[in-house]
Amino acid sequence: MALYSDKVMDHFLHPRNVGVIEDANAVGEVGNAKCGDIMKMYLKIEDEIVKDVKFETFGCGSAIASSSMATELIKGKPVEEVMKLTNKAVAEALDGLPDYKMHCSVLAEEAIQSALEDYYKNNPAAKE
Amino acid sequence: MNIYADNAATTKMSRTAMNTMIKCMEETYGNPSSLYRTGQRAKEVLEEAREKVAKVINASPREILFTSGGSEADNQAILSAAALGLKKGKKHIISSAFEHHAVLHTLAKLEKEGFEITLLDVHEDGLVRPEELEKALREDTCLVTIMFANNEIGTIQPIRELGRICKEHGVIFHTDAVQAVGHIPIDVEADNIDMLSASAHKFHGPKGTGFLYTRKGIALTNLIEGGAQERGKRAGTENVPGIMAMAAALKEAADKMEQTSPYIKGMRDRLIAGLKEIPHSAINGDEEHRLPSNVNFCFEGIEGESLLLLLDEKGISASSGSACTSGSLDPSHVLLAIGRVHDVAHGSLRLSLGEDVTEEQVDYIIKSVGEVVEYLRSFSPVWRDLQSGKTQHIL
Repeated sequence: MALYSDKVMDHFLHPRNVGVIEDANAVGEVGNAKCGDIMKMYLKIEDEIVKDVKFETFGCGSAIASSSMATELIKGKPVEEVMKLTNKAVAEALDGLPDYKMHCSVLAEEAIQSALEDYYKNNPAAKE
Repeated sequence: MNIYADNAATTKMSRTAMNTMIKCMEETYGNPSSLYRTGQRAKEVLEEAREKVAKVINASPREILFTSGGSEADNQAILSAAALGLKKGKKHIISSAFEHHAVLHTLAKLEKEGFEITLLDVHEDGLVRPEELEKALREDTCLVTIMFANNEIGTIQPIRELGRICKEHGVIFHTDAVQAVGHIPIDVEADNIDMLSASAHKFHGPKGTGFLYTRKGIALTNLIEGGAQERGKRAGTENVPGIMAMAAALKEAADKMEQTSPYIKGMRDRLIAGLKEIPHSAINGDEEHRLPSNVNFCFEGIEGESLLLLLDEKGISASSGSACTSGSLDPSHVLLAIGRVHDVAHGSLRLSLGEDVTEEQVDYIIKSVGEVVEYLRSFSPVWRDLQSGKTQHIL
């Protein structure tokens, strides 16, 4: 049996939304290099919709795949919906992750939450 | 292209070993403990295998105990020496910080039972210093166990000198030689070795077979009870096909070592030179005192598991000391022991070449690693911070 599902390998080998958004208005970075995983999410939010999202990740195959899948799940979605994204949803969308790799999906959830916090910090009015 | 570059993990069985194994299964399938001819024939070939193995390391056949592999041999060697020490009230053991877990975990178990363990520093070059062993020795030291060559970074320890010091102090010297046997010359007499562990599948023999050399006069403690096999020191019907194949593989490896070793070294050095060209990379471990087949690098800004998966996509099998490949949060204890910080240790790559590797393959590996490292760095936030000057390059 392979280490990862076909979905994970697909997102790892062909990650979606890789890169940086120079004029992002919501940026979140979580993890640390000591533990071997860092995820950085760049969101461009307009009219409470995630118009664009890109990521940079330092980490293992499942960390890269989780980042990629998470960006796909939130792109074009209303912020209200994005706020509810769970790590479980990311892992399920990838057809599952090995138990000891579940933290990669948690990191993806946290990176997005961290970006949203950044957004609300910059746009206090948006939080109503 | 398909390149197997993880020979330190395991090797492909040699044709000679396979043929020997099949022949044994067909012809000498008897139980060596049975008295009829079919059994006694199996006993004969078992003893022939013991002679062959002993000869390669300049031991006597009676000093060879067949085991299930290197881990069992390590366990039995250490627990036996500890039991002997305990009888004399000696409960201090010296080892090194980057031993295989078969050694470190056995020592941790003994520590819980009241033994005191001193782990020698292996320094940035991955080498134990004989003078530091000399200083660490105490009146109550009952065992020194230092690996012959490190399994991750391939550094070859000054075994002869370490053994000499132990001999002078009358302390048992064990070496986990799993990575060394069949790859570099070993002479237990000249190298002052009292106990030595080896594993067949590291030198093109079968998995599940290994041996422990124990100098005459050192009493072994059983790990497995229940029969008189192996002079009563390891119960269980002998793995005759495995043992015969191991002996054949070892003899073959030893016979052609003089030819193959310089060739593999040449390929290794070509690979090292090529990988050094990758910016912000560094070789791990001393370059001179190094197994002929071992290459180990750290690359800044990337993580090892993703590196391995992408190399696998290019047909290259390798390994890494990153946390993600070990299933734990910490990267390899070996890389930490030589002073690599966590961030860098996660980006490690071990390539261990086989004797059939070609120049073309080495060049393909160099090209592939360069491409993959560059690709992973292109979207690594760690690399971005290093490049922008937000954090400082270490390598």
